[in-house]
Amino acid sequence: MECVFGLVGDGFALVAADTSAVHSILVHKSNEDKVMILDSHKLLGASGEAGDRVQFTEYIQKNVHLYEFRNGIPLTTAATANFTRGELALALRKNPYFVNILLAGYDKNIGPSLYYIDYIATLHKVDKGAFGYGSYFTLSMMDRHYKSGMSLEEAIDLVDKCIIEIRSRLVVAPPNFVIKIVDKDGAREYAWRESIKDAGVSAA
Amino acid sequence: MKLDLSGLQSFPSIPGGAVDDLGEDLFAPPSFQLPACSDVPDSRASMGGYISSQSVKKIIEINPYMLGTMAGGAADCQFWHRNLGIKCRLHELANKRRISVTGASKLLANILYSYRGMGLSVGTMIAGWDEKGPGLYYVDSEGGRLKGTRFSVGSGSPYAYGVLDSGYRFDMPVEEAAELARRAIYHATFRDGASGGVASVYHVGPDGWKKLSGDDVGELHYKYYPVAPTPVEQEMTDAPAA
Repeated sequence: MECVFGLVGDGFALVAADTSAVHSILVHKSNEDKVMILDSHKLLGASGEAGDRVQFTEYIQKNVHLYEFRNGIPLTTAATANFTRGELALALRKNPYFVNILLAGYDKNIGPSLYYIDYIATLHKVDKGAFGYGSYFTLSMMDRHYKSGMSLEEAIDLVDKCIIEIRSRLVVAPPNFVIKIVDKDGAREYAWRESIKDAGVSAA
Repeated sequence: MKLDLSGLQSFPSIPGGAVDDLGEDLFAPPSFQLPACSDVPDSRASMGGYISSQSVKKIIEINPYMLGTMAGGAADCQFWHRNLGIKCRLHELANKRRISVTGASKLLANILYSYRGMGLSVGTMIAGWDEKGPGLYYVDSEGGRLKGTRFSVGSGSPYAYGVLDSGYRFDMPVEEAAELARRAIYHATFRDGASGGVASVYHVGPDGWKKLSGDDVGELHYKYYPVAPTPVEQEMTDAPAA
């Protein structure tokens, strides 16, 4: 069941998430990408109710794009995080979105950053963060093994350690994960960690 | 007055005919060597413990290129699919181009999302053919919308998945896919009390959908598992007259 986690390394930030679309006991899909590329230098990993997750993340993405089109300059990661938090806070007392978000971004002169935003509109700037059942394992794992200024190889090693721990200790462990990174060259997919392959068009 | 039907073709015709050789290739409809999607629901409608109908059309024909399937509340599915059909037709008239499966499914998902928590019960698949080839989406009343290569929805869906997953290949021929789908529904109706009636199979290809078959699952049972005469183990004999 839902695992999203991320961390900041030396000159990059990374977000990993499971890729299962689950309904009660059924796995409807095992290649559902839950890490959205918000804009050229931002990643948005989201967990929560399926409908809310898609609607809310698309809403944020479209508004971030609109800002850029109107002003010719993109929002910084911090600004995006505050905007996202604001929208969640606004919805909280009306018709809340049940979405938890890890926002990773890279800004010139600032460098990489990671923001923890949950559905009750808590905003934290963090070095490492996690949501979902996987967080029980990955948080302590990252507390133990994380060092500031990790290289990409070290960070990926840590992510793989986390995925192995989830797969071996979590009863309802998801089979597949996606890892995305953002650095000075932009936000992009880094790798998939698949233990079962969904036949057919990958990442449909 | 003549209606302009050019928009209903999958590709707009170029005014003035073909310009050069390049135009031919550029504007030719893309050809796809992809398998078509098969849709196979059963046809039983239940009202509590009572089976209210054994011959419900659970595949709703949205338009000649798109099908919707029905699971959950019959009225909700029927109503919102008809509503979607209207919206798709309006899109066609406004844009002189058929709506994509992606677009249609999102139209439905957004409506369902806006009514979320208000008691709608819809579990549906939208299957169709558009400019990008075949498309299949899962849409439900919780606001979920998933693109995929195969789905199964409803109370019998886990049983159907069991058969579907074990026989599925992306490059399977239509006949094999249809038979796999039929088999999946048959086995689901066998195990699930709320599923039964007729297993109808539709094929959605570049020229729209076509109904392939509609088999009574009771008859399918005897087709798949013919009654074998069991050898008599012991026969009663007359008691010897004393």
